Amino acid sequence: MINYNLVALSYLVSSVLFILSLRGLSHPESARRGNTFGMIGMAMAIVTTFYLMKDQVSVNGYALTLAMIVVGGIIGTILAKKVEMTAMPQLVAAMHSLVGLAAVLIAVAAILKPGLHLDAVHRFELFVGAFIGAITFTASIVAFGKLSGRFSSKAIRFSGQHWLNLVMAIAMIVAGVAYFLNENHTAFYIMLAIALVLGYLLIIPIGGADMPVVVSMLNSYSGWAAAGIGFTLNNHLLIVAGSLVGASGAILSYIMCRAMNRSFWNVILGGLGGDDAAAAGGDGG
Amino acid sequence: MADPLIINLTIFVLAIFIGYHVVWNVTPALHTPLMSVTNAISSIVIVGAMLQVGFNAFGADSLVGALAVGLASVNIFGGFLVTRRMLEMFKKKQRT
Repeated sequence: MINYNLVALSYLVSSVLFILSLRGLSHPESARRGNTFGMIGMAMAIVTTFYLMKDQVSVNGYALTLAMIVVGGIIGTILAKKVEMTAMPQLVAAMHSLVGLAAVLIAVAAILKPGLHLDAVHRFELFVGAFIGAITFTASIVAFGKLSGRFSSKAIRFSGQHWLNLVMAIAMIVAGVAYFLNENHTAFYIMLAIALVLGYLLIIPIGGADMPVVVSMLNSYSGWAAAGIGFTLNNHLLIVAGSLVGASGAILSYIMCRAMNRSFWNVILGGLGGDDAAAAGGDGG
Repeated sequence: MADPLIINLTIFVLAIFIGYHVVWNVTPALHTPLMSVTNAISSIVIVGAMLQVGFNAFGADSLVGALAVGLASVNIFGGFLVTRRMLEMFKKKQRT
């Protein structure tokens, strides 16, 4: 028997640690402590979730999960140690793409669960979390490419771009609604495919100099995707941490724009508003 | 007892307010470390990924979930360690 109250209380402690972590990172004297709070919060969340898995998982499942954490952890540690300090923004962008992809995979796994039927509310939350995750995934790859010089950092524009984006967005929503209405899995996968392309299209018109703000904005998206999945799984920790990241990421991009004397809306809507000033500069921030 | 959806919504809205207020006073030098720690915290999706691993560990759903666990772990370790490295550099700069 799982003690769900214990799980909820432990998740509450994790949530508080994440809040303290974000708060700590706002001031130089408390920044390192803030980072440590974040680590402890994450470790508690993982240990608690291992306990929560008890009734649904065999020994094999535990071994598989643990192995994936170890392998991922080793790769992450090597990346963090090896990367040049000047390559930090693109590393953060690359890591966002992993969170986006993870969110997509979670949604796909939820769909693949044999014999599981989600009710309407959960289908809605799942499709929102999935398409935000998919957009975050490809958009972060483009941001990474532009920052690391693998792609041209110039803003790519073509005529009819806004209309194409709009049509794609509508098609994505239509496919999502089709899934929502009759739990049609094909519609779900079509929606994901469109979202992946859309993530790419939304970032190409933004110039390299504005990429740090875009990375911060994508950070916010990955938070909303996590919160969406939290609603689907009825998991309070995912909802709290996801919306914390979503809201603080959005504010941080706004603050960063202000610090660079850039208009927030110009950057974010750079591809939509057709404002040429938004494409200024291109040496990768 | 309210519907779980309403309880979730309450938590969601209150957490947004906290996220909104907590970063407003960030020192400009800390923008990048703050972004990096936010990124690390967003890998909380690992909780959702772990819960996708089912009783049949080698079923399609479990394997896809486990892959997501791996991706999120890269981000957890990478994110927090990179933040620590940035902050260490920050401390050295201040001393000299």
